Amino acid sequence: MTEERAPSLHVPAPSIRPGDDPDFSHVSIPRAGEVDRPDPATPPEEMRDLAFSIIRVLNRKGEAVGPWASGLDSETLLQGLRDMMKLRIYDARMMTAQRQGKTSFYMQHLGEEAISCAFQRALRKGDMNFPTYRQAGLLIASGYPLVKMMNQVYSNDGDPVRGRQLPVFYSSKEHGFFSISGNLATQYPQAVGWAMAAAIKGDKRLAAAWIGDGSTAESDFHGALVFASTYKPPVILNIVNNQWAISTFQGIARGGAGTFAARGHGFGLPALRVDGNDYLAVHAAATWATERARADLGPTIIEFVTYRAGGHSTSDDPSAYRPKEEGTAWPLGDPILRLKTHLIALGVWSEERHTQAEAEIKAEVVAAQKEAEAIGTLHSGRRPTPRDMFEDVFAEMPPHLIRQRHEVGY
Amino acid sequence: MPRMTMIEAIRDAHVVAMEADPDVIVMGEDVGYFGGVFRCTAGLQKQFGVARCFDTPISELGIVGTGVGMAAYGLKPVIEIQFADYMYPGYDQLVSEAARLRYRSAGEFTCPMVVRMPTGGGIFGAQTHSQSPEALFTHVAGLKTVVPSTPADAKGLLLAAIADPDPVIFLEPKRLYNGPYDGHHDRPSVPWSKHPDGEVEAGHYTIPLGKARIVREGTDATLVTYGTMVHVALAAVEEAGIDVEVIDLRTLLPLDLETITASVCKTGRCVVLHEATLTSGYGAELAALIQQDCFYSLEAPILRVAGWDTPYPHAQEWDYFPGPARVRRALETVMKD
Repeated sequence: MTEERAPSLHVPAPSIRPGDDPDFSHVSIPRAGEVDRPDPATPPEEMRDLAFSIIRVLNRKGEAVGPWASGLDSETLLQGLRDMMKLRIYDARMMTAQRQGKTSFYMQHLGEEAISCAFQRALRKGDMNFPTYRQAGLLIASGYPLVKMMNQVYSNDGDPVRGRQLPVFYSSKEHGFFSISGNLATQYPQAVGWAMAAAIKGDKRLAAAWIGDGSTAESDFHGALVFASTYKPPVILNIVNNQWAISTFQGIARGGAGTFAARGHGFGLPALRVDGNDYLAVHAAATWATERARADLGPTIIEFVTYRAGGHSTSDDPSAYRPKEEGTAWPLGDPILRLKTHLIALGVWSEERHTQAEAEIKAEVVAAQKEAEAIGTLHSGRRPTPRDMFEDVFAEMPPHLIRQRHEVGY
Repeated sequence: MPRMTMIEAIRDAHVVAMEADPDVIVMGEDVGYFGGVFRCTAGLQKQFGVARCFDTPISELGIVGTGVGMAAYGLKPVIEIQFADYMYPGYDQLVSEAARLRYRSAGEFTCPMVVRMPTGGGIFGAQTHSQSPEALFTHVAGLKTVVPSTPADAKGLLLAAIADPDPVIFLEPKRLYNGPYDGHHDRPSVPWSKHPDGEVEAGHYTIPLGKARIVREGTDATLVTYGTMVHVALAAVEEAGIDVEVIDLRTLLPLDLETITASVCKTGRCVVLHEATLTSGYGAELAALIQQDCFYSLEAPILRVAGWDTPYPHAQEWDYFPGPARVRRALETVMKD
């Protein structure tokens, strides 16, 4: 008989805090190329091991190895590198703009650029992402104009959403980018619903849902998985595990689950775990999941393992809860550096060309920024009017809103 | 003209809408094969197939959340929440998502969705099957809220709600599903087949959202109400022997304020009546609006008759329910001043 004991509350905590040396020895990382690539039609119960390993393609030497190495042509890879570089430079400019008081708030992608940039390249026009605030690479990789992104961040008169949303909550139907809510996890069941609609109409477009490790704890995540499991619509359920939910380490949301990907097993969904800092691995996993969706094989869960190298937002100071050097100690490295090394190893890129590309992209971003700032910023120039505040609450403005708008003088 | 119960009228509205538009789909708990616990969707799955009328898991957030996604895609989901009391797990998806999608995307994404739910008491449903949460919806920018009081209105308003480009909350007073109810619980119930409002036009017609109906014209006072209470109001007026104008709002938001204020400015006296709890209820909004526009015509303070500020009880249902006696007392009070 087991001995009785008074219960004790188990509160998981990271073993390393500010002042300690970073230590990721507990993160088990397989060698690149080690994980099998099953046929996408394989039944989920036959590939459960994929939720407990990490699919990786790029090795330390920058070679693409193993069954997930998809043979992307170097032109596409160079474009991917440029996408990630553009996102990083754009982020840096906008972080500075926020510090200069040109907007209220900003959220950067530092260290996570490969995930959204590579994923988008696996989609087709017409597919719909339901993103969180840290997937702007989806827009960049789909060719959305930088100046429009900046107009949104500045809430100026060129802002496509008329100054109504916090910075970085973009929206572009044309680019397959669903309006960002700002509430966590709510987009997850919506993506499933969008995919159910596609299934009802026999439409081959697919939906991609995005969520962070922390907000998988929301009931929206679990409700979405129930519906995905029941109706099997063409949806890819992405989890970006960047280790930190503001100051809370991923163990609080994960609890007793081995991995976030493994959450899918209880719903009978195939689940992959992928090196999120490996452009090729992200692209290969995304492509595998799109193949399943487009063959009416149903949803796929993908956990992208990465590290949020920057703060949660401009309002956050990570040095208060984790060692400053943790980002550089992260064992999966930097996504831009890794793809750059690969391209140099392929012989299609060089340090010189990289430096040159950096300068070109920076010039492009600066030019877009000048264009956006010529329209205005949050506190200067041309801005949306109070009239815009009353539009689009409904398709047709009801009498009470007309009355209130008149009261404001518009 | 065919006679229908409110259930049959709601079902008929579904059939008319689904025949006319292949993008109209129906989902909710038990709505498919079984046809809903109140039978409002009976036969739809058989007629239109499982892809257009299907059962969902018991997850209101999942139902509303996937509904938002379907509506954003371009379908017109007409979803059923089994009881309005069960709506709260889906409330965030309504308030933060459905209601704001058009606004936050500047019209790029919209949410043309109808969320039907049985509302109100009078059926011994106690606290989890009797609530009237309409004020929780009218308080939200971006939602329209409709409450019919007759089968004919239920069909016309539901067809208008389905055609509407924005999310509409459609509250069905469950006490009226099978017949009008005047609040006299001790008298035999009357079926819609024996009531003139049970006549429902065949085929397609709509009743515009945002237009109230003057149910009874009168000169001495105005009674503003909606849903089940329309029938309670009429009984109370007859019993009080006062010439009261009774207004059925039909739509709470957008509100037909013009019809209300024209009546109150004419009669100079007003009682606002609803079944939902009093404090911060929709009656407070009505009273505030009416006094603002009719202040110089008012002969007496506006009175509110509403459910008490308690959870909806079981054994004490008829003490809780604002029946004709309480309405009559309020009318007599406003007439005294």
